[in-house]
Amino acid sequence: MKNFKISVAAAAFAMTANVAFAETNITWWHAMGGALGETVNKIAEDFNASQNDYQITPVFKGTYEEALTAGIAAFRAGEQPNILQVFDAGAATVIGAKGATIPVQDLLTDNGAAFDINEYISGVRYFYADSEGKMIGMPFNSSSPVMYYNVDALEKAGVTAPKTWEEFQSITAPALKEAGYTALSQSHLPWIFTENFMSRHNLPFATNDNGYDGAEGTEILVNNDAIKAHFTAVTEWQKNGYFEWFGTGWGDNQTPFEDGKVAIWLGSSGSFGGLSKKDLPFEFSATYLPYWESVTSEPKQTFIGGASLFAMAGKDAAENKATAAFFEFLTKPETQYFWHQETGYVPITKAAYQMAKADGHYDRAPAAEVGILQLSLPAGENTKGYRMGFYVQIRDVMNREYGRILTGETSVEDAFNNIEKEANQLLARFAKTQS
Amino acid sequence: MKRAGFTTTWLPILLLVPQLLIIAVFFYWPAVHALQSSFYLQDPFGFGSTYVGLENYTDLAQSSEYLKITRFTVVFTLLVTFFSLALALLLAVKADTVIRGARTYRTLLMWVYAVAPPVAGFIGLLMFNQSWGPLTDIARAIGWDFKLGVNFNDTATAMVIVSVWKQVPVNFIFFLSGLQSIPKSVREAALIDNRSASGRFWDVTFPLLAPTGFFLLIINITYALFDTFGIIDTLVKGEPGNNPMTLVYKVYVDGFRGNDLGGSSAQSVVLMVLVLALTVFQFRLVERRIHYT
Repeated sequence: MKNFKISVAAAAFAMTANVAFAETNITWWHAMGGALGETVNKIAEDFNASQNDYQITPVFKGTYEEALTAGIAAFRAGEQPNILQVFDAGAATVIGAKGATIPVQDLLTDNGAAFDINEYISGVRYFYADSEGKMIGMPFNSSSPVMYYNVDALEKAGVTAPKTWEEFQSITAPALKEAGYTALSQSHLPWIFTENFMSRHNLPFATNDNGYDGAEGTEILVNNDAIKAHFTAVTEWQKNGYFEWFGTGWGDNQTPFEDGKVAIWLGSSGSFGGLSKKDLPFEFSATYLPYWESVTSEPKQTFIGGASLFAMAGKDAAENKATAAFFEFLTKPETQYFWHQETGYVPITKAAYQMAKADGHYDRAPAAEVGILQLSLPAGENTKGYRMGFYVQIRDVMNREYGRILTGETSVEDAFNNIEKEANQLLARFAKTQS
Repeated sequence: MKRAGFTTTWLPILLLVPQLLIIAVFFYWPAVHALQSSFYLQDPFGFGSTYVGLENYTDLAQSSEYLKITRFTVVFTLLVTFFSLALALLLAVKADTVIRGARTYRTLLMWVYAVAPPVAGFIGLLMFNQSWGPLTDIARAIGWDFKLGVNFNDTATAMVIVSVWKQVPVNFIFFLSGLQSIPKSVREAALIDNRSASGRFWDVTFPLLAPTGFFLLIINITYALFDTFGIIDTLVKGEPGNNPMTLVYKVYVDGFRGNDLGGSSAQSVVLMVLVLALTVFQFRLVERRIHYT
């Protein structure tokens, strides 16, 4: 009983103490595990230390899919966090649910923060925006697929990193095979060989302006000759021993590159931090994703991948003000540069990019700049991004069919017919959820 | 025969209430909810929804992919159930006759029972690792280019092996205690009648083990259908890709990964009906042939 009294007194004291400081507490649910999670925690600590009015608590919620599902469940129960991290493939779901989030652009301007979308680098700007170009989600960990290569292996084979796929298949790959390497592996077929294939070659990915104009009537345009020719070439490379596929898992395809068996690996610009820390037994570098000269003579920028932060609706004004303050802190050049250096994700604002440049970051590590340079290449009408509902399942369908192509269970033609059919069914179903 | 019973009707009802309440809250209520959701297509955040009637079901019926997954689930369930029961029975019969160090053997054989499914899956992942897994090496040594996560059949094989490995100890415990409850006099009588050990096993021991076997059959089918989820999720590393999956995993993939609540609700209703049919079938047809002592 005595203990009880003490704890009541302590609780009462704690409450008055809180009131005295008048701090606003907000929560941030994210999907950044391991070293990335530590960097997230550091950013939150720095924000908390930088002022006395707000306190942010980051909470790790598992994988991207798990974080989104947890956020949705919490929203339905009225227990949503202030900030939810949502990945690229989930963007249509959360942006489609108007009323679930507050567009960051409105949040920032309503709370007196300066906001100019043109301060963001061009490849990042519109991916999480609506069809009018209003930013809905704050780009957070943004990356783009780039080509990493084993410098020693390429030297040994007497070739340079290929600029085009034509060069790869006629010069680079045969020479690397001769030198005892598997030339190529990649870690994410839907992201690298589909979504960014469309962007790099400026091909439309879906009707309704890649889906930005609304879910109603949006159809995927994946079944085209350019991409079918690409996958046919990939199966040829596989037969000739130029390309190997190690399954749908990301790491299974990265490991052979790290082991020095595969000379060129297509991964994320965000993989740079991890690769640098691994102390690989060879020198590695990175460059742009190759393109097909037969498809385009003017290759364009790529899409961003990764995730963005959404301000959840249903919170009071004081908490929204705190969220806005955190977003302001997050987009400061210093914060972005820190995040960029630690993780390899691109800095999302031009100012942060300039700061990294001025500091000599890219003189020390030229490969760290590839992602942002590629995102800043000329834009085309099909390069701002895509917005498709149930896109997680559409990616699953792609992964399944691509896996079947690469294990010889199906033909390129049948696979793309299937993807088109199933993706359009999913898009039509999604459109019905939105009414 | 006179049966013991309650004199009033309200007392048994009162005693049943807590149990019924639990069943209602944790089973019937969600089941009704799933049934209702299966007729709608709804926005995951709960803003919009469209009544689509039976569309979620007709979509399933027309999906060749769903049919493939169903077929795989049936084959997977049969293989896991058969091998789990057969291996456990073999081990139990052998362990039953061991006299020296019996406790140690039995403990070692039951050991794996304590492993949680995701952990079992993770161990499987290590054993079948593409580049250095010991079981991958063994497969390659006999000329099988085993590739977990790449080749459909190889991944399916790994799923069956890990699921069986995880389930054998449970069956082993039940079979062993079943064997030990067979009266010694019966065994001795059988020994006089029949000199062949396998003959005695099939004619005497096996029928006497039937009640245990029937119970285990139900438990194992349920295990293969539902509880292997953690193993499958770990072995495919959360990425379904072109890997095999079971119906339950598909419900998760569509509902929790993809946020398609209507579609995955329809799938759970299909599973509910399946389990119901299975249970009725088992009790009606199989249990009649089994004699409890």
